[in-house]
Amino acid sequence: MIIPHPLLGPRDASEFVYLGDASLIDRPAPEAGIDAFHDYVYQRDNPAGAHRELWFHEHGDRSWLVVTRNTLTHEILAVELAKDVARRRGRGR
Amino acid sequence: MTYSAWRIFTEGLTGNRGWKRAWRDPEPRSDYEVVIVGAGGHGLASAFCLAKEFGITNVAVLEKGWLGSGNIGRNTTIIRSNYLLPGNEPFYEFSLKLWERLEEDTNYNSMVSQRGIINLFHNDAGRDAARRRGNAMMLAGADAVLLDREGVRAQYPFLDFDNARFPIRGGLYQPRAGTARHDAVAWGYARGADRHGVDIVQNCEVTGFRIEAGRCTGVETTRGTIGAKKVAVCVAGSSSRVMAMAGLRLPIESHVLQAFVSEGLKPVIPGVITYGAGHFYISQSDKGGLVFGGDIDGYNSYAQRGNLPMVEDVCEGGMALMPMIGRAKLLRMWGGVMDMSMDGSPIIDKTPVDGLYFNGGWCYGGFKATPASGWCTAHLLATGAPHPTAAAYRLDRFRSGRVIDETGAGAQPNRH
Repeated sequence: MIIPHPLLGPRDASEFVYLGDASLIDRPAPEAGIDAFHDYVYQRDNPAGAHRELWFHEHGDRSWLVVTRNTLTHEILAVELAKDVARRRGRGR
Repeated sequence: MTYSAWRIFTEGLTGNRGWKRAWRDPEPRSDYEVVIVGAGGHGLASAFCLAKEFGITNVAVLEKGWLGSGNIGRNTTIIRSNYLLPGNEPFYEFSLKLWERLEEDTNYNSMVSQRGIINLFHNDAGRDAARRRGNAMMLAGADAVLLDREGVRAQYPFLDFDNARFPIRGGLYQPRAGTARHDAVAWGYARGADRHGVDIVQNCEVTGFRIEAGRCTGVETTRGTIGAKKVAVCVAGSSSRVMAMAGLRLPIESHVLQAFVSEGLKPVIPGVITYGAGHFYISQSDKGGLVFGGDIDGYNSYAQRGNLPMVEDVCEGGMALMPMIGRAKLLRMWGGVMDMSMDGSPIIDKTPVDGLYFNGGWCYGGFKATPASGWCTAHLLATGAPHPTAAAYRLDRFRSGRVIDETGAGAQPNRH
């Protein structure tokens, strides 16, 4: 797989470390309760088709990306910097 | 028709005209006591055990494609019970004991071959871990032998014992482990279940669950609605997709695992070797092909095919362990979709929906578990209580903290 990095252009996926579903950006507030944290840590939608997921460019510029990828074909549909996604969702960084 | 040497002899004398189909191809009825979704190894084994061990024969197994078309048909055929943790080891040892009598149980030649497995270690810490694991195995009634370097060399003189990074210091040997003919396991269970009256309905995709007042009363399929008192889902690889139709989210990600077969070679590898440090394991099939694999690719996938970096990684591991395979040609490679659970261990449990049961989360270890998985799923369906060896495989263990994490990797499915 080739991941089109928003800053660095096309990079081989083997330069990256995979974390998982991009919903991991949305950590619940500390007071959200045990159910919210259980769902955040353990439960996944795991869709067949478009999947938004976090990749870390470890052997590169060490930025986190949100990659939208089709899990049936491995086609990459969109790539954004995770910090842009997090800021849009109201996070400070 | 019972298969036997006598039967082969008499058929041989009469032109082999008396063989019949191994199982029927029935139309689904409108109601069953139990409907099992997925005619793979675990679904078929569950149906077989329901009928044979618990006397429940009003059972249908529904399959989207053809039976045995999923991971039972695309694994690397290893059976073993060399786990560490109390929640796992008794279950896998129960499974290995069932493997040892599988062919008598199903009257089908599944080519179970107890050719032994060796897990290599490379340093003192590895030896300590192997000894601890061996002790845990023996406490659960399994067999384990700690081999030193010369003990490994006696079986596998061709390994690179003086590899600069991972010199081989010994191995944990389980003589009763081995391999089985994976397709024949599915076929044997299918024929056995069919002979007990179970309907195996192929080309019948489940498209939804009929849930009334929190209770599952049947399934919607491409061949009509089928009612059932109990529905069990055994579709590892696609668990999240199927259970989503019942409104459930699972602690599972689907990942792709690749496997490889070389061209046929003269017999050279008598058993199974696992080289954890090099992310590589290998055995040799009866046809002569070297059957090997390594890690999962590491990203969510339903594609049943992987990418080339993992091919390179596996082949590097193989070359590091046994440089002689460098001249062998790779014949085939393929991928299967794994239910990677959040602690690396499976789930056999009721769900929050009454009458709906779930079997999944087998990671890349489902094949060896097939007989016990079937038995324990049938036990749960028939008695309402978990089998003692599967009592830890609860769906809610992530909430209660009772995870069974062999690798200690935490809630990171691609690290298990």
